[in-house]
Amino acid sequence: MSNFETVIGLEVHVELKTKTKAFCGCANQFGSEPNTNTCPICLGHPGVLPILNHEAVDYAIKAALALNCEISRETKFDRKNYFYPDNPKAYQISQFDQPIGRNGYIEIEIDGEKKRIGVHRLHLEEDAGKLNHLEDGSGSLVDFNRVGTPLIEIVSEADMRDPKEAYAYLEKLKAIMQYIDVSDVKMEEGSLRCDANISIRPYGQTTFGTKTELKNLNSFTFVEKGLAYEERRQERVLLSGGEVVQETRRYNDATKTTTVMRGKEGSDDYRYFPEPDIIKLKIDQEWIDRIQAEIPELPDARQKRYVEELGLPEYDAMVLTQTKTMSDFFQAAVAEGADAKLVSNWLMGDVSAYLNSKYMTIDQVPMKAKDLAKLVKLIEKGTISSKIAKKVFKDLIEKGGDPEEIVKAKGLVQISDEGALRDMLAPILEANKQSMIDYKNGKDRALGFLVGQVMKQTHGKANPKMVNKIILDEVNKL
Amino acid sequence: MMSRINEDQVKYVANLARLSFTDQEIKTFTTQLDDIIGFAEQLNELDTQGIEPTTHVLDMYNVMREDVVEPSLPREEALKNAPVQEDGQVKVPLIMEAD
Repeated sequence: MSNFETVIGLEVHVELKTKTKAFCGCANQFGSEPNTNTCPICLGHPGVLPILNHEAVDYAIKAALALNCEISRETKFDRKNYFYPDNPKAYQISQFDQPIGRNGYIEIEIDGEKKRIGVHRLHLEEDAGKLNHLEDGSGSLVDFNRVGTPLIEIVSEADMRDPKEAYAYLEKLKAIMQYIDVSDVKMEEGSLRCDANISIRPYGQTTFGTKTELKNLNSFTFVEKGLAYEERRQERVLLSGGEVVQETRRYNDATKTTTVMRGKEGSDDYRYFPEPDIIKLKIDQEWIDRIQAEIPELPDARQKRYVEELGLPEYDAMVLTQTKTMSDFFQAAVAEGADAKLVSNWLMGDVSAYLNSKYMTIDQVPMKAKDLAKLVKLIEKGTISSKIAKKVFKDLIEKGGDPEEIVKAKGLVQISDEGALRDMLAPILEANKQSMIDYKNGKDRALGFLVGQVMKQTHGKANPKMVNKIILDEVNKL
Repeated sequence: MMSRINEDQVKYVANLARLSFTDQEIKTFTTQLDDIIGFAEQLNELDTQGIEPTTHVLDMYNVMREDVVEPSLPREEALKNAPVQEDGQVKVPLIMEAD
């Protein structure tokens, strides 16, 4: 048990999926040919006039409301000055002291314990271009397609006490952004990026220790691992009588360590001042109400409803609502009349296993929600056994189609007709008479063996409940 | 009269702007910047007690554009002013933070 308490805060950038950039009409599009989505405004030519994208402001308000923030009724934009080749204007249009949202929170859950993590602020700003460093070291190539695309920066309070909480916060944040549909939130495409601040302090101390900032965190797992490493590193420094130095560190996944990127002396001086080109914003109640009305049911609300109305266990409800696509699929299957818990079992079991093995999401497979619902209903009705269902499922998720037709085409219908079953079982039981006697004499395992024999010879098509009943009948006749 | 700005401050700002100057230039800019600030200091003669800070001179709000795509520049046009290019991109000296 460590003597130190860990304090973590996260800064997350989310790219908004508007059609155009924040201040000009260039397309906001990932993956275009380099430098084909630029104009004099985003390239920062002299004399141009940037004009704010209405949709970007709507999305930022939506995100702020979904994160339970207060909305600033009056807000402005500011220039953040820095010189770097990814930024042709030499300043970024951002928001300094009047962010669109403040004082929100995200609720996370760790091992069944709920905790609120504060959202300090949320503001709207523009992205920079992309630098591609040449491997031969001769220079870097700059692609300005991303320059000027709208971003929201979400700064948490330093409320997290464990790298696991940071992971849970990011998962929930990502889910919420997905539900409100303002971003693709794909870390691999850079539409969600995260920096982390971490410090440690002896238990009981109320002031924060010196923090370090972690960068190059390209996945949620890296965030958790990088923080876990940094937690131990800072502890070693303090225990050996040293002092943690305020600095920016880079996470390296190959070595699972962090290394110094730049020290405090290189810290930034952005000389913010009000952006004279962008007119101030007044956000009135009518505007807020209009956006509020567009916010769909969020993951926490869905989770609660799955437990209270559909009777799902808390854990199932939490897992199913983690992504909107999975949650939508679940709801669609239940709407088709399938049992909620059975659908949940399939989604959390076989379906997730398949998706994980293929690195796919539920909306990328040919199986539709109504088809899974049908499969579940076929099992409920006893048309097929759960063993046969696994075979049907394999076809279903790989190729799609109607489970009833797959069952018919493959001759997989379960045999539940007692007369027919008795006729089929008679020779099998006759051939295994000794096991019948063993079972009668108290050897319980013999029953399993007998059922197994029947299943083998009927290719799994015999209704297992009926088979059990017939065998017991026959044993009693001995 | 006491100077309002010193050479170190000019060097600091020059560094933020990634500009390098000769000692003579630093001296010149120090004097010039001092004059500019002196000019702006005339504003201190006004009583601004109880007046909200002005962040914008126009008394307007909520000027926005709809989210509609407009044509971008052809790539050759966009890159016309870049002295070094490669693969349709601007080539710059390698700048990486402390690797």
